[in-house]
Amino acid sequence: MREALLLFLVVVSGTGGEICVTRAMKRVGEVKDFRPLAVLRVILRAMKLPWMWIGISMMALAFFSLLAVLSIENVSFVVPVTALNYAAGALGGKFFLGERVTPRRWAGVLIVCIGVTLVWLGKR
Amino acid sequence: MTSRAGLHFKTYCMLLIMIVFAPLGNVMLGKGMKSLGAVATWAPSELLHVASRVFMSGYIWLGVASLLTFFVAYMLILSWADFSYVQPASSVALLVVALLGYFYLGEKISPLHWAGIVVICLGVFVVGNTPPRTTEVH
Repeated sequence: MREALLLFLVVVSGTGGEICVTRAMKRVGEVKDFRPLAVLRVILRAMKLPWMWIGISMMALAFFSLLAVLSIENVSFVVPVTALNYAAGALGGKFFLGERVTPRRWAGVLIVCIGVTLVWLGKR
Repeated sequence: MTSRAGLHFKTYCMLLIMIVFAPLGNVMLGKGMKSLGAVATWAPSELLHVASRVFMSGYIWLGVASLLTFFVAYMLILSWADFSYVQPASSVALLVVALLGYFYLGEKISPLHWAGIVVICLGVFVVGNTPPRTTEVH
């Protein structure tokens, strides 16, 4: 039960964090200049946005949850299960960012979910 | 200007770095956390104590360094290669994690577990082969 909760945090908080960071970066605008000083300016501009900080906090929570679950479970179980990020990413992209998710992508997400179920059953 | 062959070589080098260092990072984090013992508490003071031990572990730092190496390679490759080209590499990385867990950490993996990992890799590969941008640029 505890590992399920921690894995949930890894997936949902990790993907949630990425969605918030995406929101912030889309507001910053497309990065076209990759000279170090220009990149630094982009980072500074991004750091002024609340979405960026919410995103970073959520990603930190996901990382520490990952560490906690790795203290209980094997990596060969934990890392494949975190592929559920793709499912969370497709849902989050669709509902929070208004992205269009192609049928092919949904099919991939479904295959990932079937695989995670098999991994979960195979652990017992 | 980079030649075509040179670009291919650069791309394969970066993909190799990604496929090696992301799994290695996760395996090192796993090894480090396993050596500390199960985190069995939610009390803030206890968690702080656990955190201090986590950051004293060499394996954790090796893991973080490996993941950072992966991340830099990932960022660099995305500056010239398409996301949909790079992303299926993640599916290979998942398989490498399982192999490292099995051979290096001696983890037990049942046939059903292996089957699940292969199916997940397939799913990630299918997800990766989709267009990277579906929204209009404003």
